Amino acid sequence: MTSCRTAGLALAALVLVAACGGSATPIPIASSVPVVGSTGPEASIPTAADAVSTYRAYIEMNTDLLVTRTKAFTDAVIAGKLAEAKALYAPAREPYERIEPVAEVFGDLDPAIDARINDVPAGGTFTGFHRIEEALWTKNSTAGMAPIAKKLQADVIQLQALVKTVDLDPATIANGAVGLLNEVSSSKITGEEDRYSHTDLWDFEANVVGAQEAWNSVKAFVVARSPDLAATIDSGFAAVLAGLDPFKKGDGFVSYTVLKPADTLALSQLIDALADPLSQVAAIVVTAQ
Amino acid sequence: MTAGPAISRRRLLAGGLAAGAGFAVGGLGGFGVARESQAADPQTVVEPFYGVHQAGIATAAQERIQFAAFDVLTSKRDELQALLRSWTSAAALMATGKPVGDPAGDPNAPPIDTGEALELGPARLTLTFGFGPSLFAGPGPDRFGLAALRPAALADLPPFAHDELDPTISDGDLCVQACAEDPQVAFHAIRDLARIGRGTVAIRWAQLGFGRTSSTTAAQATPRNLLGFLDGTNNVHGDDQPTMDANIWVAAGDDPPWMRAGTYLVARRIRMRIEAWDRDSRGDQEATIGRHKVSGAPLGGVNERDTVDLAALGPDGKPVIPMAAHIRLAAPATNGGIRILRRGYSFTDGIDSLTGQLDGGLFFACFQRDPRTGFVPVQTRLAASDALNEYIVHVGSGLFAVPPGIAEGGYIGQTLFG
Repeated sequence: MTSCRTAGLALAALVLVAACGGSATPIPIASSVPVVGSTGPEASIPTAADAVSTYRAYIEMNTDLLVTRTKAFTDAVIAGKLAEAKALYAPAREPYERIEPVAEVFGDLDPAIDARINDVPAGGTFTGFHRIEEALWTKNSTAGMAPIAKKLQADVIQLQALVKTVDLDPATIANGAVGLLNEVSSSKITGEEDRYSHTDLWDFEANVVGAQEAWNSVKAFVVARSPDLAATIDSGFAAVLAGLDPFKKGDGFVSYTVLKPADTLALSQLIDALADPLSQVAAIVVTAQ
Repeated sequence: MTAGPAISRRRLLAGGLAAGAGFAVGGLGGFGVARESQAADPQTVVEPFYGVHQAGIATAAQERIQFAAFDVLTSKRDELQALLRSWTSAAALMATGKPVGDPAGDPNAPPIDTGEALELGPARLTLTFGFGPSLFAGPGPDRFGLAALRPAALADLPPFAHDELDPTISDGDLCVQACAEDPQVAFHAIRDLARIGRGTVAIRWAQLGFGRTSSTTAAQATPRNLLGFLDGTNNVHGDDQPTMDANIWVAAGDDPPWMRAGTYLVARRIRMRIEAWDRDSRGDQEATIGRHKVSGAPLGGVNERDTVDLAALGPDGKPVIPMAAHIRLAAPATNGGIRILRRGYSFTDGIDSLTGQLDGGLFFACFQRDPRTGFVPVQTRLAASDALNEYIVHVGSGLFAVPPGIAEGGYIGQTLFG
């Protein structure tokens, strides 16, 4: 690590860290020579602005969908339609789970929307999706949930407005992809996220799909610089999504309780195998710009 | 008991620990002086067992820990007292590197000492005993008539945000912290205490820690934790008497009287999400902790011990040490001057069979005069906002009243049983 420590320029340091990270693909030291023109046609290399606008459109598409689906879900809760509310719960969360790292930028909004009961400090108020989930599945009732549902709807509308203001750059997008996979390995894989409804696999797939979309928006930088790494990441996404296939049921997934320990272990290992190469991407896109 | 072949392979430790060893054995006169001047092999160094305070708190942190919490099985007060007397005798022997009984006695009887620490020397073993809330009735019956003596400071810890506590590795009626330079010496101590107590107490949970993550004297080098960062740079030092008296030891005027010169221990098994951390960029790791990874300097500084400047702003107008950085939120300046003595150890217990990920992290232990004004407010702040929460989760917890030390002839906890 000594060589990493002595790197003076922030940009060079980022690349060196990537190189020290033990990637199978050697990553070149930062160079002032633009890569464009030497490795391929200029048109294949996007600008940072291209990457950001592609991903921003994806975020906004998902927050729009979140507002629409949450409205349907919370309307059912407020109307006391238990079965309908249960059916709409997991689909409503899907767009949120695809872009969660962006939502986490806005302080208290993510906990208000998505806190699990043990995330709430002593004396705090438990609100959001999981509060309603608890009532629907453990009490089999919508009683008392109308105010929570109304607040949830207001919170996702606020999120829809705020994401338009979020600062994005390609490295942040790449790190957000890793963050989404970390979400899977820390809470979805253990079945803690949707502990009452056991709809964790919906969230699982949404996190992976969201990470893949983030990756796709910055992928061209990596294809130009480190095609082997890009191919490894592409096949890693394919492997994770294929790993989920056996658990698909109708438009969604089987209950998380169906998974056997060997299934969970295999999925966890697929996530780690993908997330590590993905974590090399941010340093590359910083250099490539 | 002399250290055998183990000496040479551990010699490399001796230089770094020399000053700490001199402090520790100073009470033994010539022995201590000799040790200090020769940069003693820590394997041969004795930490005094008797004293005003229990050992293993102000003591320069040893390299290894074996911690155990016990359930008391008997409901007879005299049996509990008898156990504490037996434990005291055994602890005093083991602290000097002696076995708890003849390992080569009657061939028809099991050896009294289990034997695995023979020849290893005292290895700076300290044994620190504590009493959990459940010994004082807690939510259950008042088995030992101690409910009225429960310290107010031994109030149950509140739930903290993001806790995922497993009751099978939390709480306990009693605890014993065994710290030593040699893991087998520490393990032996807990094993033989458990054996002595069999039928009266049973181990509820135990934790082996393989490397210290705190320095508790100014002379000790700051170690690294499993995040790869220097940890405990600004810890309370056991040889800083005014700070220890103000923040760590229960004072002469504090209630209840039986706890005076004692302290309170909070232990937390903090699992690290090691795989996720290892995917984080160095820049973000440093922003999360608030220090540079290699030098250990606070962000904005150059050297490890540079002042942590929480007010400094960067060229972008943002704080140099981010608002959610771990060292900002844990700093005494952020917590009304609260200071606690940390004595944590890195641990690993193999892998999590559910995920295949490493089950490792920090076995955090801290001592303070009153947890209600020590660990609790600091952890409340960390649980709410610490950027590190993305990479750690508290899975085990224990709270214990650590009674004062004793003179030769006394027994641990005698001020409680009176």
